[in-house]
Amino acid sequence: MSTVMSRRKKTEPYVRLTQPLVRDAGVLRPATWDEALDRAAEGFRRNVAQHGPDAFGMFSCARATNEMNYMAQKFTRAVIGTNNVDSCNRTCHAPSVAGLAKVFGSGGGTSSYQEIEDADLIILWGSNAREAHPIFFQHVLKAVNKGAKLYVVDPRLTSTGKWAHRWLRLNVGTDIPLAHAIAREIIASGLTNTSFVERATEGFEEFVKAVEPWTLPVAELETGVPAELIRELAHAYAKADRGQLSWTLGITEHHNGTDNVLSLINLSLLTGQVGRYGAGLNPLRGQNNVQGGGDMGAIPDRLPGFQDVTDPAVTAKFNAAWGSNIRAQKGWNLTQMLEAMERGDLTTVYIIGENPVQSEADCEHTVKRLSNLDHVVVQDIFLTKTAQLAHVVLPAAAAWCETDGTFTNSERRVQRVRKALTPPEGARDDIEIMSEIAVRLGAGWEHKTGEDVWDELRSLSPLHTGMSYRRLEELGGIQWPCPREDSLEPSFLHARLWENDPVKRGMPATFSPVPHSPPVDELTEEFPFRLTTGRRLDSYNTGVQSAGFESPLRKGETLDLCPQDAAVLGVVDGEEVKITSRRGQIQAPVRIDDGLTPGLVFMTFHFPDEIDVNVITIEATCPIAGTAEYKAAAIRIDKLPVKVG
Amino acid sequence: MDLKLLDVEPTEAERVVVDLFTGMGRDQLLPALHAVNDRVGWISQGALNHICRVLHIPPAEAYGVASFYSLFSLTERPAKVVHVCVDLACQVNGAKALCDRLTDELGPAGAKSGWLRSPCLGVCEKAPAALAFEAGEVAKEQLLAPTHAGEVIAVAAAGSSRSDDGRAEMPQAGSPGLRLLKRVGVVDPESLDDYRATGGYTALRTALLLGPSGVIREVTDAKLMGRGGAAFPTGRKWDATARQPVRPHYLVCNADESEPGTFKDRLLMEGDPFAVIESMTIAGFAAGCSKGYLYLRGEYPRALHLLRNAIAKARERNFLGENIMGHEGFSFDIEIRRGAGAYICGEETAIFNSIEGFRGEPRSKPPFPVEQGLFGKPTVVNNVETLVNVPVILTEGCEAYTRIGTSGSTGPKLFCLSGNVSRPGVYEVPFGTTLGALLELAGGVPPGRELRAVLLGGAAGGFVRPDELDLPLTLEDARAAGTTLGSGVVLVLDDTADLGSFLVRIAAFFRDESCGQCVPCRIGTVRQEEAMHRLVGKRPLSTSAQDLQLLREVGQVMRDSSICGLGQTAWNAIESALDRLGYAEEATS
Amino acid sequence: MTIVEIGLPKRLVELTLDGESVRVPEGATILDACTAVGKSIPTLCYGDTLKPANACRVCMVEVEGSRTLVPSCSRKVEPGMVVRTESERTRHSRKLVLELLGSATDLSTTPHVDEWMSACGADPSRFGPDAETKLQPTTVDNPLYVRDYGKCIMCYKCVDACGDQWQNSFAISVAGRGFDARISTEFATPLPESACVYCGNCIEVCPTGALSFKREHDKRQDGTWDESKQSQTTTICTFCGVGCNLTLHVQDNEIVKVTSPHESTVTHGNLCIKGRFGWQHVQNR
Repeated sequence: MSTVMSRRKKTEPYVRLTQPLVRDAGVLRPATWDEALDRAAEGFRRNVAQHGPDAFGMFSCARATNEMNYMAQKFTRAVIGTNNVDSCNRTCHAPSVAGLAKVFGSGGGTSSYQEIEDADLIILWGSNAREAHPIFFQHVLKAVNKGAKLYVVDPRLTSTGKWAHRWLRLNVGTDIPLAHAIAREIIASGLTNTSFVERATEGFEEFVKAVEPWTLPVAELETGVPAELIRELAHAYAKADRGQLSWTLGITEHHNGTDNVLSLINLSLLTGQVGRYGAGLNPLRGQNNVQGGGDMGAIPDRLPGFQDVTDPAVTAKFNAAWGSNIRAQKGWNLTQMLEAMERGDLTTVYIIGENPVQSEADCEHTVKRLSNLDHVVVQDIFLTKTAQLAHVVLPAAAAWCETDGTFTNSERRVQRVRKALTPPEGARDDIEIMSEIAVRLGAGWEHKTGEDVWDELRSLSPLHTGMSYRRLEELGGIQWPCPREDSLEPSFLHARLWENDPVKRGMPATFSPVPHSPPVDELTEEFPFRLTTGRRLDSYNTGVQSAGFESPLRKGETLDLCPQDAAVLGVVDGEEVKITSRRGQIQAPVRIDDGLTPGLVFMTFHFPDEIDVNVITIEATCPIAGTAEYKAAAIRIDKLPVKVG
Repeated sequence: MDLKLLDVEPTEAERVVVDLFTGMGRDQLLPALHAVNDRVGWISQGALNHICRVLHIPPAEAYGVASFYSLFSLTERPAKVVHVCVDLACQVNGAKALCDRLTDELGPAGAKSGWLRSPCLGVCEKAPAALAFEAGEVAKEQLLAPTHAGEVIAVAAAGSSRSDDGRAEMPQAGSPGLRLLKRVGVVDPESLDDYRATGGYTALRTALLLGPSGVIREVTDAKLMGRGGAAFPTGRKWDATARQPVRPHYLVCNADESEPGTFKDRLLMEGDPFAVIESMTIAGFAAGCSKGYLYLRGEYPRALHLLRNAIAKARERNFLGENIMGHEGFSFDIEIRRGAGAYICGEETAIFNSIEGFRGEPRSKPPFPVEQGLFGKPTVVNNVETLVNVPVILTEGCEAYTRIGTSGSTGPKLFCLSGNVSRPGVYEVPFGTTLGALLELAGGVPPGRELRAVLLGGAAGGFVRPDELDLPLTLEDARAAGTTLGSGVVLVLDDTADLGSFLVRIAAFFRDESCGQCVPCRIGTVRQEEAMHRLVGKRPLSTSAQDLQLLREVGQVMRDSSICGLGQTAWNAIESALDRLGYAEEATS
Repeated sequence: MTIVEIGLPKRLVELTLDGESVRVPEGATILDACTAVGKSIPTLCYGDTLKPANACRVCMVEVEGSRTLVPSCSRKVEPGMVVRTESERTRHSRKLVLELLGSATDLSTTPHVDEWMSACGADPSRFGPDAETKLQPTTVDNPLYVRDYGKCIMCYKCVDACGDQWQNSFAISVAGRGFDARISTEFATPLPESACVYCGNCIEVCPTGALSFKREHDKRQDGTWDESKQSQTTTICTFCGVGCNLTLHVQDNEIVKVTSPHESTVTHGNLCIKGRFGWQHVQNR
């Protein structure tokens, strides 16, 4: 069943929420804070009482502070009694966290920005950093301008790719064959870093077998990348003194995103490009505190500081501190929670600052699922599409400028967030709201400042123990791990892997002989075009924030395609076309982009109120991390009938 | 690089010439601009855009470069444009009247009227001069010197019947005892055989036998000093470059002769081009350079053709290229770069920026060129005249060479005589010849006139009085007398010359030629010109004494705080006129 | 395990600064040495995140043995160097440079310039009422930036920030020559047609207010810009995971301008269009 969402609406910018809303007789109406908080708490209590604590789900917020995320997971675990807590990192970088944590034990990028500047070779894989991470890209360009070589792997020739010494144009969804072919070439050319492989890894033999079939010609056929380029990249990466491998959503937003990440990690293990200054693996995070949300335990399988929720010794420590009774079992991730809604196993959610109705793939499906629920509480600064479905809407302060706290960036640097503005009358601090609900649910929560919460976190998470607010201020932020107040750790992770002493070396890093699995949404005669999605420089995600300013660069949503396809379809720049996938149908104007190749088209997701691209994207998700395959939908494009008159 | 180009396309003619640069890089920007200018006469948006596409240059930067050079126009103009010199020597020889006529007949100077006022064209011995450029499938140039209004008007309209090929006047041609000029006006400048028949390439053979350090020792012991104006010991420069471990090393032959009143390098390049090529090859060998650039000012088309011919012939005979003269491992080649009308590009670091495809702005020193020069590599920069002394040293020996001239200033020296002088031209004399003797050689001021002053060293030099003619022309004597030989300009003013407008022209020259990078020079040269106009026109701000004081203060800050020699010397000549010629009293009385 | 240092530890260099002996690390500039001993030297084209442009010549000092004065912002100290910052020559140079600048450009929004001028007795009006200036109308061709080139002193900082030192967009360059030199896009096309990506990093480094944000410009125009009522609070941008530091300039509980701390190891003072301008949504209230 498909829905037509085609009429473009020029919407006004969102206006701040300043009064709580409650739903009566199907309609949201203004309410007092007390009434709204009572309603919120009552709904949670009712559902937990009826269905047990696992009927509750917390969508925490990757844009809110570490302190808020810490409290959100504490609320979920200590007040409600479930591990069903997750955030939108699921829609982007969960596979990175899952992959890195699986191999190395912690889910953070391994290097610092300064190390990027000092690298000799940088690979950006599935990343348009020039537009999506402009300031990170400045660090890349520092290196390039000093003579480092830049390789960009991307189906599109983006503005990032235009800076590359080599651009490897691969077919969408063939990252694993390409990575395997690079690995095979490195092995076959005797460029394996054997001292690292022998010392610090396991599973090499199986890995060698797994990549054996991916010879250069076979890989060229599958990936579309010329064998010579694959060979060149393999040799350059293996021979570089300091090689950096960074990726973004081009790797993770696939149905097998975690496998993709693992296939890249393999390359670093094979060449020893990790655990040293200047060499490393760096997923570039799409939101300000995706890293911190996970670090704070706002994920279903880890407590703060990546401590394993299934380890009884860990849960015992937290239970002692919180006076709680955490179950030592993984909760549901965001994707699983959405599925549980459909089954009726999850009946109530507390959504803080997230907009899943517009950010999730196949959004119509998400709307239906949320509509199934008995009790939805949304805490946000705007009345988003998601908030419009809620039973209780709680106006929040904007984390980044109206509260005190911390965020953690892509180089694991914890930095202070400071209150610069007084929130609008009627909006309240996230932690304060949550505490009010907790108190109504019988928890003896007192009001805590950001610093109080942070100090509690520091006492429980060794990664953060050494980071007092005072020290964060003095040092301009500190990268984790920071277990001690009187010292700093190196700017890169996993130096232990290079230790001679096996005890210090610890857990070996394991090669992952992952299989190739092409995109789920198959190209057929009916749906012959591969649609991939991404960001533009001046816009952000669903556009709720970036629509607040007038950008001379902004051209609205378009369907970008190459001149050849435009010619075949008989469409011209600016012409509106019909775009159909197996899930839905939209209309958008065409934009001609030389950086695309025949069969590949591109859209953003910045203007959902005008053109909702996620009506047509696919919800096929990574079974390990739960991230959806935003990067590979199969679509058809139809010229619209010429209007008469 | 993620270039954003303008949405404009080149014409077919523009596209064709620009496409020849496909696969090349930033350093070809200036040649590409020339190619378009030669083809259509100006740089359109479409042409610049296409250059940027082909060479991967951001359009704003290419625009910044194109707008730096006065020979380029970024607005439409006719294919043929006549550049009429209004600079010092031409001014003394009637340039003003010429321009007045042109204004009457053709309209004010500019793109519409087809004629432009130009700084010194380096043809001062045949003043007044004009140079016509005509764009087309084959770009043409025509030197009109000496010229008159009727001729310029005729040339601007169609062609002219002028038959001479614009070759330089050479009063000493064939005189015995010449070293630097011995072939000029005597041998065929297009013939390598003629060159070899007159001793050409014996110096390179000697150099290859001596080895690089042997050559440097000879040049050092010869006490060869740079002839471009700064008089730096050449041997030390070569030695410092040769010692740098970084490779490659570059050689730049500075042939951007633009100091008003200077035309000696033009004479050498046109009269003895192979000597320039051989000298560069020797310098490249000594300093360990694999490539040499000959940066030639854009107003020397005749020199360009003769040098191109010389380089091509030298390559044919393996005097350039791989394993030169059979010497294993010594490879060297030369690329000519045409300047495009910017005096500042003769500054030794501005020349690097210009060659690299950037604006010709001087760099801050340190680092010095011998450490980080062209493309950031160790680089030797030598003036043409300096280089052609090297074969003399290597054929006669350093001892014989040091016997020429004085102990502080060894060797022969070229002087450019122009202005109110009977036989203008380039003269070769040993250092130490007195100014009076030199003037006598050139026949003195025209009959019936009195000598008023001599400008030594050019616009950046200084005046001497008629009672100072016994000044021996050496570096040390000039310094002791508080003046400079500079690039060898000897511009003679007799009692008919209008000193006031001469000084205003000097001020205007610096204002026009300032690159604009540093405040003292960018604004100081404007304030200097404004004050000179007031002083000369007797229209003081309050009193002329105050204007004088202002001039002195501005002059001092330009001298103390400008980045490069242009700003630092922009006040020299005016100061010397005020103090040495007594113009200060004249202006305030 | 220790933090990896890049390069060798620095040696100390001893020099004489206005008669006093000073020791600073090798590679430091004369300006660094002055700052280290608390001596303040006026600068305009010097940028703490940029390579010295050496253009403004306000910071010139006298070094014994040097024919000309030297720019303290770029000249590196050498052992035994004897530096004078307040000699007759340096004072004359500073005064004249300020007078020349003031005679050609509008310095009314250049911080500190009034103090410097009165300290050295500079009087830009000395060059007379007919002195040529760079005064010209303000350029407003987009909703985010305003360019008032009558205030431009040609310090090159905007060009360097837009170019290969930081942003690598190369939307602007110095065009023309001499007094006619100016900051320009190609053929002076309006910014929206140029390569500009509105990162605002040019405005961040502009020392004179020639470049300003539209919001600031408008508030100045209507008389509501009041720095005495503004607070500056540094927080973190939310538009991606890089963690850029934003300094919010707040007046009457409204963000009126965003800058970034130059010492931040993440941004070095640079932002993108979203960080620089993406704040209005929180104050749509």
